[in-house]
Amino acid sequence: MLPTDAAAPAWSWNLIGDFQQMWSYPFMVNAFRAGTIVAVVSALVGWFVVLRRQSFAAHTVSTVAFPGAAGAVLLGVGAVYGYFALCIAAALVIAVFRGGGDREESALTGTVQAFLLACGYLFVALYKGLLEGPQTILFGTFLGITTTQVTVLLCVGAAVLAVLALIGRPLLFASTDPRVAAARRVPVRGLSLAFLVLLGAATAGASQITGTLLVFALMVIPAATAQHLTARPAAGLALAVLVSLTATWAGLTAAYYSPYPLGFFVTSFAFAGYLLALVPRALLGLRGRTRRPRTGLPPLEATG
Amino acid sequence: MSALAALPSPTSPLSQPFFQHALLAGTLIAAACGLVGYFLVLRAQVFTADALSHVAFTGAMAALALGGDLRLGLLTATIAVALLFGVLGRRARPDDVVTGSVFSWLLGLGAFFVTLYTTSRSTADGTAGVGVLFGSVFGISAGQATTAALIATGVCLLVLLAARPLLFATLDEAVAAARGVPVRLLGYGFLAVAGVSAAEATQAVGSLLLLGLLAAPAGAAIRLTDRPYRALILSAALAVWEMWTGLFASYALPKMPPSFAIMAAATAVYAATFLLRRPVGHPRTAAPAGE
Repeated sequence: MLPTDAAAPAWSWNLIGDFQQMWSYPFMVNAFRAGTIVAVVSALVGWFVVLRRQSFAAHTVSTVAFPGAAGAVLLGVGAVYGYFALCIAAALVIAVFRGGGDREESALTGTVQAFLLACGYLFVALYKGLLEGPQTILFGTFLGITTTQVTVLLCVGAAVLAVLALIGRPLLFASTDPRVAAARRVPVRGLSLAFLVLLGAATAGASQITGTLLVFALMVIPAATAQHLTARPAAGLALAVLVSLTATWAGLTAAYYSPYPLGFFVTSFAFAGYLLALVPRALLGLRGRTRRPRTGLPPLEATG
Repeated sequence: MSALAALPSPTSPLSQPFFQHALLAGTLIAAACGLVGYFLVLRAQVFTADALSHVAFTGAMAALALGGDLRLGLLTATIAVALLFGVLGRRARPDDVVTGSVFSWLLGLGAFFVTLYTTSRSTADGTAGVGVLFGSVFGISAGQATTAALIATGVCLLVLLAARPLLFATLDEAVAAARGVPVRLLGYGFLAVAGVSAAEATQAVGSLLLLGLLAAPAGAAIRLTDRPYRALILSAALAVWEMWTGLFASYALPKMPPSFAIMAAATAVYAATFLLRRPVGHPRTAAPAGE
């Protein structure tokens, strides 16, 4: 899919010319379109993931895209169905069986992830001729994204964001103060279930194009950066999208000009932004101010 | 042990050297994972273990890309990152978001090293990455098995020796700190030991699956009993039993990769605990001194 002359394009510092040249390849245009959709959806969903301290669940849901794809290929149905079926199924299992506190959830999520990955490995072992190796599914490739895939991604992304907008306010309440929310008759459990299913759908849509690694990174790092800088929801959501888009576009550009994988660049740029965001707080911390209050009790005791 | 004795001797897998190595290394690795996993679940740090297991992959790939020994890279990377997590977390307890952020960057780094390795070295073994990801317990040599068994024994002994203060520090951090238990030091030490066992277990079940060996037996043990020491031993026993079941099942059905069989056994046991009535309330945070 990669045109031979694009294998070693030269960066000329003439920015407009560079972008014109890069976008003269349809596959790059599609990669930018898909990347933008994934970046926006992941950042917005991810902001809630970080707020709810559910990175582990997000990682698990994004990881099970791999057995989903492998299983669908083995059964001879489209990989898309596999992605959606397993991502949403894993989200449902985690949502339904959690509830014993952090410990139970942590053990449950870990087991779900390891078991489904093991299934993926079995599927690959049974189906010797799997075209893309496990590494491609895990780490993604941005080459050869079709226009149809971009359309599907756009539809899924729009649906996820529409539902998120609908449940956004009560979800925010239920995430920041579950007990008060429950007392005020906000359906905390139902919201938690709905959110995990949204997470599954968003991940399934995105990871068939960008690989599971990239979706997870775009969910956690930009949102963590934003929440370090501001506690206000609207500003935080906007900031997360900004960081996510910057990292994705810079990553796509860098991956175009070098032989190394997209996932590496996007995660590195995003992580660099996260470290930068840590600097002001670290400096303040050195001066002994704005330390988080030491309650002494670890968070897991609060659920007891 | 009765399951072993009951097998017919001449055609028994026990007469095969590769199986003996897998059994030796697998048993001790499983025991170590069961013990470490219990504390991981109790400290709600399974996500940290997940991150460590992926670091094992990045470390192995980095070592290969730079032309070093795979296992050395794996061990160094996991211990270094375990300590890094400790530094970033409060009282050497890394939190969810810190773990997630560092973790996704390390995954990206892993992808980078895979590309570097497969493009730069003409003698690149294309399946080395898959081996690290999914393990190759039936492919370990006598020497590797002995090393793995020795390291795993060391991990078991360390965890058992530190069990009492570690339980105290885990269940009631504030009181433990007030009583002079070195909570931070224990946190770092525990993370380092978790790193070593993650690196060791990668050989047997692979970096993607070792999470199951850490989380499932411990999760099941915690659902079955409220008593800390009983749960600790139960977790190790379940892990060993699941390892044996997986190894024998995979030997009987060669199409089934051993890593899958081990995970299937672990998941089945964990799922079965959901069918039983769960113990009163949820895990007691009773003082560990009581046992």
